[in-house]
Amino acid sequence: MNDDKPLLDIENLQVRFATRTGTFEAVRGISFTLGRERLGIVGESGSGKSMTGRAILRLIRSPGTIEADRMALHGEDLLSVPEKRMRQLRGGKISMIMQDPKFSLNPVMSVGQQMVEALRTHESVSKAEARARAIAMLEEVSIRDPERVYDLFPHEVSGGMGQRIMIAMMLLPNPEVLIADEPTSALDVSVQLQVLDIMDRLVRERGMGLIFISHDLNLVAKFCDRIVIMYAGRIVEVCKASELRNASHPYTLGLLNSVPDLEHPRERLEVLQRDPAWREAPSVSART
Amino acid sequence: MSAITIRNLNVWFGAGAERSDAVKDVSFDVAEGESFGLVGESGSGKSTILRAIEGIAPNWSGHVSIAGEVLGKRRSRQFYRNVQMVFQDPYASLHPRQTVDRVLSEVMGLHGFTDIDSRIGRLLDDVGLGSGFRFRYPHQLSGGQRQRVAIARALAPEPRILLLDEPTSALDVSVQAEILNLLADLRAEHNLTYVMVSHDLGVVGHLCERIAVMKSAEIVEVLGVGEMRKLEANDPYTRHLLESSIHSVR
Ligand SMILES: Nc1ncnc2c1ncn2[C@@H]1O[C@H](COP(=O)(O)OP(=O)(O)OP(=O)(O)O)[C@@H](O)[C@H]1O
Ligand SMILES: Nc1ncnc2c1ncn2[C@@H]1O[C@H](COP(=O)(O)OP(=O)(O)OP(=O)(O)O)[C@@H](O)[C@H]1O
Ligand SMILES: [Mg+2]
Ligand SMILES: [Mg+2]
Repeated sequence: MNDDKPLLDIENLQVRFATRTGTFEAVRGISFTLGRERLGIVGESGSGKSMTGRAILRLIRSPGTIEADRMALHGEDLLSVPEKRMRQLRGGKISMIMQDPKFSLNPVMSVGQQMVEALRTHESVSKAEARARAIAMLEEVSIRDPERVYDLFPHEVSGGMGQRIMIAMMLLPNPEVLIADEPTSALDVSVQLQVLDIMDRLVRERGMGLIFISHDLNLVAKFCDRIVIMYAGRIVEVCKASELRNASHPYTLGLLNSVPDLEHPRERLEVLQRDPAWREAPSVSART
Repeated sequence: MSAITIRNLNVWFGAGAERSDAVKDVSFDVAEGESFGLVGESGSGKSTILRAIEGIAPNWSGHVSIAGEVLGKRRSRQFYRNVQMVFQDPYASLHPRQTVDRVLSEVMGLHGFTDIDSRIGRLLDDVGLGSGFRFRYPHQLSGGQRQRVAIARALAPEPRILLLDEPTSALDVSVQAEILNLLADLRAEHNLTYVMVSHDLGVVGHLCERIAVMKSAEIVEVLGVGEMRKLEANDPYTRHLLESSIHSVR
C-alpha cells in the first residue's frame, strides 16, 4: 500500500462522565494512530478500552463527553462533522463490533433481516443479493447451517453464534476501519482462529485497519502487529506484538502472569498488585 | 453422594420438521465438592445442559437428579436456593433499572436473609468491587464489573451448587485470576460443587478435576485434568482443541 498516512489519527482523547460523586475520567488523554494494520488494545477491566472505541464513533451516551485535540478519519475531522455524516460513516466506513453481541442485536428482528437491513442502509443492493451475501458471510464465520440461523431470533442463538453474527454483520459493508471489542471472547479456540483469519485477510487483502480490543494478551500477541496497553484511561506501554514478551511495565508483566496456563498449572493465580504511581504517569503516545 | 446425576439427557427446540436437537443422550455425574468442566464447540449444547439442570430448558427427556432430588416439573424452594447460575452474558442478566444494591438485596430478601446490609458489603468485597459500586446501575459499569455483580448475586443465597457459564470470559486476566482464586476458595470453604462451561482450557484446567468435551450436541469424551495437561486424548476433536490452546507467550 503506497499511502502510509494513517487511517485514524487521534491526539489527546478524553472521555468524561459526570456522576453523583464528581467527574469520572474514563479516558485521560490518549494519542494513537491506526494504519493498515492490526492494533491491539489490551488492559484490565475498566481501563477505558471500550470507551476509546465508542468515542471514535461518537457513541458515548450522555452524561459522557468526548474531547480531543484531533480525531480524524482520512483527514476528516470526526469531532466536528454533523451527526448525519457520522451516521453514514458508522457501519459503513467505520464499523464496531460491540462487546456484547446480544445487547447490540435487535431482539424482535430475525438475524437475517437485521443483516440485510444493515447492509442496505449503506449500499444499494437488491434484497435477494443482500440475502445471498448475508448467508455467505454467516458461512464465512463458520456458522453451521447458515440458512437456519438466518431465520432465528437473537434469543435462539448460542453465545458464540451471536458473536459471530455480529462479526458477519459488521463485515458485510466492507469497512475501512473495524473496531472489534472483545470479538472472540465467547468462541471456542478453533472457531476463534477461523474468525481471526477472516479479519486478518481483510487487513492484508483490502487494507482494512483493525483495532482489536481484548484482555487476552496471548491472543493479541499472536494476532496483532502493534499493542497498546491501557491502565486507568491512559496508555502505559506500546510495543510491537512480537516483543510483548520483553515488555517491561510491571502492570503488563502482572497481566501476563495472571493467565492460567494449561501446561504450567499453579496452585494460585497471581493477581495484580497495583501501584498508585501507575495512574499518575503521563500517557505514552502510540502515534507513528 | 453425587451432587448431580444426569442420564440420557436430550434437549430439543421446535417440533416435527422444525425440531433441532441441542443435547443428545448426555450422561455424567458430578460428586459433591467436585468441579466439572464442559468445553467444546460453539453451539454444541453446553449452555443448554446448564439450563436443563436449572430447569429452564423447554423440552427435555431423561433423568436429572440434584442432591438426591429427582427433577420433574416442579422444584422445591430449597432447590432454587441450592442451585445458582452465573450466565454467559453479563449484560442481559442484570436488570437495567436496578442498582447493584437493589439486585443483591432482592435476592437475599427472597431467600429470607436479614442482615442484608452487612452481607452486601462483604459480597462486594469478595468479588473485588468496592462499596463505591454499590449504588451504580448496570450501564455505569464496565463489562467485567457487571460480571462481578452477577457472581455476587449468585453467591448471595449461599448455594450448594454453582452452574457457571463462561463466568470469566468477559473479565480481564487479572480479575479472572481473582475470580478463579475466589471460586477455588469458596469451594474449599463451603464444599461447593461447580459445573463450569468455558472455552478457555487454561481456565477449565485450573478449576476442574474432570472435563467433558462436546461436539454437535454430544459428549465425545470425558477426561481428567491430568490427561488433559499431558494432551492424552482419544477423540480427534479433543486433540484438535487441546493443540490449538497450548501456545502461550511465556
Ligand atoms: N455512564 C457511566 N458513568 C460513569 N462511569 C462510567 C460510565 N460508563 C462507563 N464508565 C466507567 O468508565 C470506565 C471505562 O469503561 P470501559 O467500558 O471503557 O472499560 P473497558 O476497559 O472496556 O473494560 P472491560 O474490559 O470490563 O470491558 C469504567 O471504569 C466504567 O465504570
Ligand atoms: N431458544 C432457542 N430456540 C432454538 N434454538 C436454540 C434456542 N436456544 C439455543 N438453541 C440452539 O441450541 C444449540 C445449542 O446452544 P447452546 O447455547 O447450548 O450452545 P453452547 O455450546 O453454549 O455454545 P456457545 O459456546 O457458543 O455459547 C444451538 O444450535 C442454538 O442455536
Ligand atoms: Mg469493554
Ligand atoms: Mg453457551
